[in-house]
Amino acid sequence: MKKSVVLLMTFVLALTLAACGKNNDGGNAGASPSASPSGSSDAGASVSGSFIASGSTALQPLVQQVSEKYMAANDQVSIQVQGGGSGAGLSQVAEGTVQIGNSDVFAEEKLKDADADKAKSLVDHQVAVVAMAAVTNKDVGVDNLTKDQLVSIFTGKVTNWKDVGGKDEKIVLVNRPASSGTRATFEKYALGTKSQDLPGAIQEDASGTVRKLVSETPGAIGYLALSYLNDSVKAVQYEGVEANADNVASGKYPVWAYEHMYTKGEPEGAVKAFLEYMLSDEVQNGDVTDLGYIAINKMQVTRDVEGKVSNK
Amino acid sequence: MKAKTVDRIMTGVIVGVAVLIIAVLAGLLGYLLVRGLRHISLDFLLSPPQTIKAGGGIGPQLFNSLFLLVLTMIITIPLGLGAGIYMSEYAKPNRLTAFIRLIVEVLSSFPSIVVGLFGLLVIVNMFGLGFSLFSGALALTVFNLPLMVRITEQSLRSVPREQKEAGLALGLSRWRTITSVLLPVAIPSIVTGTILAAGRVFGEAAALLFTAGMSSPRLDFSDWNPLHHTSPLNPFRPAETLAVHIWKINSEGLAPDAAQIAAGASAVLVITVLIFNLGARWLGRVLYRKLTASK
Amino acid sequence: MNLPETRPSADPATPRNAPATAGAPAPKPAGKAAKHRLEEWRGQAFVYLCVLLLVVIIFSIVVFIASRGLTPFVSQGVSVKEMLFGLEWAPEADHPMFGALPFLFGSFSTSLLAAIIAAPLGICAALFMTEMMPKLGKTILQPAIELLAGIPSVVYGFVGLSVIVPFLRHTFPGQGVGIMAGAIVLSVMILPTITTIATDALRSLPAGLKEGSYALGATRWQTIARIILPTTLPALLTGVVLGIARAFGEALAVQMVIGNAPHIPHSLFESATTLTSIITLSMGNTTTGSLHNNALWSLALILLLMTFLFVFIVRMLERRSKHA
Repeated sequence: MKKSVVLLMTFVLALTLAACGKNNDGGNAGASPSASPSGSSDAGASVSGSFIASGSTALQPLVQQVSEKYMAANDQVSIQVQGGGSGAGLSQVAEGTVQIGNSDVFAEEKLKDADADKAKSLVDHQVAVVAMAAVTNKDVGVDNLTKDQLVSIFTGKVTNWKDVGGKDEKIVLVNRPASSGTRATFEKYALGTKSQDLPGAIQEDASGTVRKLVSETPGAIGYLALSYLNDSVKAVQYEGVEANADNVASGKYPVWAYEHMYTKGEPEGAVKAFLEYMLSDEVQNGDVTDLGYIAINKMQVTRDVEGKVSNK
Repeated sequence: MKAKTVDRIMTGVIVGVAVLIIAVLAGLLGYLLVRGLRHISLDFLLSPPQTIKAGGGIGPQLFNSLFLLVLTMIITIPLGLGAGIYMSEYAKPNRLTAFIRLIVEVLSSFPSIVVGLFGLLVIVNMFGLGFSLFSGALALTVFNLPLMVRITEQSLRSVPREQKEAGLALGLSRWRTITSVLLPVAIPSIVTGTILAAGRVFGEAAALLFTAGMSSPRLDFSDWNPLHHTSPLNPFRPAETLAVHIWKINSEGLAPDAAQIAAGASAVLVITVLIFNLGARWLGRVLYRKLTASK
Repeated sequence: MNLPETRPSADPATPRNAPATAGAPAPKPAGKAAKHRLEEWRGQAFVYLCVLLLVVIIFSIVVFIASRGLTPFVSQGVSVKEMLFGLEWAPEADHPMFGALPFLFGSFSTSLLAAIIAAPLGICAALFMTEMMPKLGKTILQPAIELLAGIPSVVYGFVGLSVIVPFLRHTFPGQGVGIMAGAIVLSVMILPTITTIATDALRSLPAGLKEGSYALGATRWQTIARIILPTTLPALLTGVVLGIARAFGEALAVQMVIGNAPHIPHSLFESATTLTSIITLSMGNTTTGSLHNNALWSLALILLLMTFLFVFIVRMLERRSKHA
């Protein structure tokens, strides 16, 4: 007898929860779009609203950390930060399901051909700069690689380290998948050409895995964002220039990309306030630098979608 | 004479294989526990993760895993019981039943990544639930449901026929016979099966990458109102589970102690699964004794 | 089809009537029959609803994945032939190519190799538990195998990357990653599936069969090799096929150890790839609706179709074992 009651209670609970879920969802969906208007756009006044930022997993830790600080200071604002990848973030912001789309690449590079119109509706907010360095296993004995040498390595023309001044050892490539934003940046600014998916090359999307494999595999070469560099791998110079924040800022070291936060149309209310906070000196010199990015206000050069660099 | 030698050799081989399997398991557990246990402390289990500093914990992730499990079970158990009861009690041996049986079979062998992608397409994007615990729970339901159906069906079928007939003979309706005669007898094995299935949910990652998301917003553990954004009980917030967290810090971890955290979290995950396994057995036995003695 | 009768769902009625049902034992002969009928109707409605839901789920999965996965073929100019037999996968190239043969090859070879490793082990373990030392088997081996089934796949991947890959790198020429590493990790993961099904099959064998063989003076191995294994072969194969199906669909553990180069490798120790690993790697990085993204959905559709194929094979085998 009792058991049937318990059983029924379970059903009831499940149903109420499901019903609850529906209500809540409605409330949620209603809240998000209304977020922007409800937030006052006057600077200094308290802002309110809730929004979602999703996309690049590389940018996620930064946005999350900053959003937590921002929410602590503005308790009327609620920000959800989600991953999913640059492509997912751009699709979602273009469709309007999220308010900010985080991306490692310009929207125009992902939303091409039939989707080019979508890219036009998006407004770019460049919040940080990320630089990449070619890294090798410690045993290869190479300190510097020229552009041509890197191209030969990543297109498979050179397969032994002795041909680029290292010791007699087979080169093992650790590349990224074709869809990766990191790979796109590296190809565009370090190689100047597309690399190839060579037989036998390893492909990993995740920086941690790339670092682990490069550090463990004899003769391995890959590339990492500066924040992932540590003692286990060796960062090589590019055309004699060391990969560090100063060289990137002055424009001497070319392998870098912007981290973008896209909004659909000009941002308003809480979204706008948050993006302004993101670009404030407090965040740029604090969290951005701490997490291994280069502050956007330190950059002495700018670059457009086509890759044309100009002095600020 | 020769046959006996062959027999002895093959006996040796089979015993050897059994020993090998035990050794693999022991090695696996030993490796995970030895590397991981050093990092497990109360602080590690309760504190939130750190992005770049050392000393982060897995508190929210552990909570998310458990909460997601509860959510999934709340959805799965009634549905699974219902479909299981149909399969064992109401299904007539006809084409339709054969078809449904086929569906359960296909559903249970779907790759979890396909289920995850389906969740991304339909639950996350189309229903607009976003990356959330609820999306994750629905995706997990999809591939936990067939398991639950099978467990219920088998447990009900193993109840002696006489018990059912006795119930019907007393003038109880079929449904009443099922809920008050058959189910109580079958409950120990249903519970055991359910907990073992729950272990699988606990460790699932591929489907959750696309549905529950890979981020864990700040949680305010003093706020238990499920409608608040920072409340741990809000089912519509994105949530990274323990298994997903291991995947993430292994691949993207920036903290200097990422490897140790991964090892510690893996150990916690394995220990939890161990507890589930032992708990399922123990609970099944206790329930069996209680239900059969008190009746 | 007796499904339509489920439409007037009993759900709203359930909570209100819960106390009434609980107080039922007091005999009230008058309304009893009606109450029984109502109770029965409600129960059946619920049960049918659950089953209907199962059907809806599976159909929507197939429909949605197919709708995305077929787009490249229908409207984006990729031919099915290119997808299935093409060797070149270059989705972001100026002239994109979508040859998925390397992925198919990788998926098949890792899962088959995993089954080749795991099947003998699993069947031996089953023999140990049923024919040799049932007691020891039940107290030690069976729990051990169930535990192996419970260990999450990320943990397997983690161990594979930290133990098996370095081991293979030091022992064999190559980088350690590749089909062999994937197959070893998968073989441990599918061992429980194969063992459990084999054990069930061996247990259900009529005792008379074995006793007859022993009575004729056959040794244990002769009995196993000539009587037990041949009679249970279809059931054993069922377990192996289900194991392969599981290996085929496994994503994260394999992706971590296989290397992910979109090429057919020349050796077992060279970077290779699978259907699942390319999906996990690229899905998030591509935008919805782009050709690259849709091509990944096509790969998911192939995975889905493979599941149907595996279930079909299992069905055939089960029919065989019923006839035997």
